[in-house]
Parts: sequence; C-alpha cells; structure tokens
Amino acid sequence: MSPEIVSEKHVRHIALLSRLECSDPEIRKFAGDLNAILGYVEKLKEIDTDAIEPTTHALRLTNVFREDVVRPSLTNAQALSNAPEAEAGHFKVPPIIQES
Amino acid sequence: MKYETIIGFEVHVELSTNTKVFCGCSTVFGQPPNTQVCPVCLGLPGSLPVLNRKALDLSLRTAVALNCRINRQCQFERKNYYYPDLPKNYQISQLRQNLGVDGFLDIPIGDGSEQKRIRIHNIHLEEDAGKNVHPENAAADCSLVDLNRTGTPLLEIVSEPDIRGADEAMAYMQALKNLLEYIQVSDCNMHEGRLRFEVNISHRLAGETELPSFRSEIKNLGSMKSAVRCIEYEAKRQTRALDRGETLGRDTRLWDDETGRSQAMRSKESAHDYRYFPEPDLVELDIENDWIERVRAELPELPAAKKARFIERYGLPEYDAGVLTASRPLAEYYEQVVAAHDNPKAASNWIMTELLRELNEREIEARESPVAPEHLGKMIRMIDAKTISGKIAKDVFAEMLAGGGDPERIVQDKGWVQVTDSGQVETWVDEAIRANPGPASDYGQGKDRAMGFLVGQVMRLSQGKANPGLVNELIKKRLRP
Repeated sequence: MSPEIVSEKHVRHIALLSRLECSDPEIRKFAGDLNAILGYVEKLKEIDTDAIEPTTHALRLTNVFREDVVRPSLTNAQALSNAPEAEAGHFKVPPIIQES
Repeated sequence: MKYETIIGFEVHVELSTNTKVFCGCSTVFGQPPNTQVCPVCLGLPGSLPVLNRKALDLSLRTAVALNCRINRQCQFERKNYYYPDLPKNYQISQLRQNLGVDGFLDIPIGDGSEQKRIRIHNIHLEEDAGKNVHPENAAADCSLVDLNRTGTPLLEIVSEPDIRGADEAMAYMQALKNLLEYIQVSDCNMHEGRLRFEVNISHRLAGETELPSFRSEIKNLGSMKSAVRCIEYEAKRQTRALDRGETLGRDTRLWDDETGRSQAMRSKESAHDYRYFPEPDLVELDIENDWIERVRAELPELPAAKKARFIERYGLPEYDAGVLTASRPLAEYYEQVVAAHDNPKAASNWIMTELLRELNEREIEARESPVAPEHLGKMIRMIDAKTISGKIAKDVFAEMLAGGGDPERIVQDKGWVQVTDSGQVETWVDEAIRANPGPASDYGQGKDRAMGFLVGQVMRLSQGKANPGLVNELIKKRLRP
C-alpha cells in the first residue's frame, strides 16, 4: 500500500473542480490509484536537483511570435456548428447566476 | 472614530492590437456575435496559441512607462476555472513571473501642486474572456454567450494598497488612463469596456501603520464615477461595522450601480482554486535587453515631461500646464491653438474656462470639440488685433460652440467688428454722460467707482462693439480733462 498523499477529501475536491460526478466506490478507487501514481513519482525526489533550473517546457525554443495581422475567422455558422444549442448567433447555455 | 480608507487597484486594459493575443482574429468592437472567433479562441481541441508580438510590445511599453522592472523570462500560466465565457476552461495569464514588477505612478494630490507616488506591484498580460448576455426575459431560463472578445489582449495593472480615500483613487484612475493614452497602448474607451477597474478596500484607525487583516474586493466597476461611488459606499459600510465592533473578513463583492450598493458574492462563487501551472502550449520568453532599450527609447513624451515643457516653452503657470496635459487629446488641442496663433496664456485661459466647461458638460474629449483648435486660435488673434473685444469674443465663442465654424465669418455675418473709430466711440460716450449726469459728476469729482458704470453704459449703447480701452480713455478725457 502506498503512503497516503491524496485523501478521499482531496479526490472529492478535485472531482468538483473538474466537474466530474464520482460515486463513493469510485472516490475510494481513485484515491488509491492517485496515491499509487504519486507514490511512484515520489521516487524522483531521490534525485538531487539543487543545481538544476526548473524546466517548464520540453522544447528549448524561445520567443515564438506571430505578427499582428488579421486572419480570417470562422463564420458564425461554423463557430456554432458544434454547439448543442444556439440562439441569435450566440452559444446558448444553462442560465448563469446573475452576477449583477 | 476616525478611520483611514486604504485602497489598491486592479486595472484591466484591453490593448490596441489588430488581432487577439494568441490568434489572428480581429479585435474590432461591436461586430455581430461569434464572427471573430477561430479554433484557438474557441478552445477547440488541437489548436495552439501563438503570442502576438505587438501585444507583448505594448505590454512592455506600459511596464517601462510605469517604471517597472522587466522580468526578461516572464512566463504564461494557466488559471483554471469554469465559466461559459471562457471556452478553454482556463485563462492564459501570468502569476509567478509577471512581465513587470515593482513600478510606480506619480499622481497629483491636493490642489495638484503636490505629487504622491503609488507603487505598482505588477503588470501582467492575459487574455480577455467573452461576454455573457442574460436575456431580459427571466423566463427564458438560459444565458447567451458571445466569444468575439475572448482572447483580446488584456493587461492587468496591480497597484500596492497605497491609495487613501476617494479623491486619491480618482487621481490614480485619471493619471493611469492619461498615461495609457499618452503611450497609445489602448484607446481606453470605457463605453466599450476597454478600461475596467476593481478595487480592494479596507479601513484602519488613523495613525495605525499595519494593513488591516480584512479587505473587500469589489468587481463590476464600469466607470471612474462608479468606482468613486463604490469607495464612498464601502467607507460607510466598513467603518459602521467597525464602530459596532464587528469583525470583518475578506470577501468579494459586486457593485450595483443602479442601487448604489455592493453585495457580497456567495462564498461558493468567490472561493476559487485556480491551480495555476505553466502554460505548456507556449514556448518560453527571453526578452532581450535590446528590445527593452528600444521600447524605452521609443517611449513618447509622458505627461510629466509634457507638463514641464508646457511651463518652459509656453511660459504657462504650473496649474495651467497641469490641467492642459491631464489628457493627451487636450494637450494636442492646446498646441494646435497656439500653432494657429501664438498667445499661449490666452489660449490656456480660453480652453480652461470656456472650452473645458463645455466639454465636461457634454462628456466629450477635446478631439471631439465642436470648436476647431485653429478657429479658437484665429479668434484669439482677432482679440489681440482688437478686431473684437473680449466681451464680443464670448458671443463669438458661443457661436463656434453651436457649430458656427470660422470666427471671422461669424463676426462679419453678425456685424460684431469692434469699433475703434474714436469719432463713433465719442458719440456713445457723450450720450452716456448726458443720460447719466449723477455718475458722470461723481466720476468727475474723483469717485473712480463710477467709471465702471459709465463704461457699461457705453458698451450697452454700442451693443458691445466699442473698444473698452478707448471708451475708458475718452470718458477720462471728457470728465477729468
């Protein structure tokens, strides 16, 4: 059994943030799985990385830009073609709690 | 008890680029919904963002103008949250390595002759979200989303909590807007939401130096006026609570301009866990010193430098120079008036008193003035040449405000040319003296105050056309020979 890094409470929180609905048995299963994965990755801590700059990217490329030139956009019909619902050129979504 | 209001600002400004920050869609405002979108800004699978060089350039210009230290290896990160106006479910923003840090902006305080330094915590580049439309009809039971704005380059300027009270807050907002307009990174059109404010506000007892542990973050401030109203409202709300001995916490509130109140968002709505992490779809940045130096060298004249030049070049009082350089369009207008006729102080007087009142009333900028700067210059030349009196000039100015155009034509059409012919003026003077023997003899016996009355009578007889200097001279000659 791996050490517990992720509690079931953590899993519920992550599920909420990811908008995933999980049953209690699933929560228990994912907690076990995640702990196993993180436990495995823990091994990396054995390596001394003090003198190594953190890497955020696998590509050793810098400064890739595009020029500020307009390119054709999609048509409104194309933009909405994957939308489950549309109305008056807009994406139609369940009501958002009125913010103001 | 006496409290001090402590304010920090988060200002969002949309940059004036042709295209979005990570794709080639246009950023033009007011187009039909969802017609300026592509797979990148819609967050479709497989699409990849590429940074707009101009957006970074304008951000750098702002960071330099705000005296920030530039993070050469600044980094984009993903800020994760779900909201329908954010199709990727994350916003590309910055957190740990912001583009600019530790800057400052000097703002005028009091009567404008003193300055206060407001520290800038950081400046970072991110992408704007789309727009949610809530149908008027509540029964519609849906929201509509327009993603045209999604991905517009958005610069966030975060100040330190150095601002005290509503007046300083107003000065900060105006100075910042002015700077952003000067350096032409944004048109700051607030009607189009190009410049938006959020305030962090708390209170402490006067004399305390520690920052309070509580603070309210207020969103949804669409204008400077709303921001000021909101600050005044919060000052009342918070100090009342403190007076009652309540413990305040940190909360996020929404301002409602209609009711003039702020409302706490439910903690569920404001409790965020953004899980920032470095954006893997964008390669790293390494902003070379040459680039930063080039941006610095290309920086246009900033408000403080322009003010100093106005004092030096035009011999204006500090106050005038401050007012005239408080907005770039106004400063340009002034220089055009002076270019048309070289009387800097008269130009300043006309703009500061007559023109600004009208512009403020109509809530328009100098560039939209109904009086063209060359026409104002021409009118001042006519005053200096004694073609018209200062009094008539006010009528001419009113005509120009009403769209009358060329002052020369107005004066001709109305027959307002000043009369400097002493024969004609003498007739009016004699008539005035005859009709007002009392004041005339008063003046003759040394009562200087009677002069004003007599001059007024002559001006009335001449319908304002008599040259006032000449009138004075002739009355004196008649009554105190």
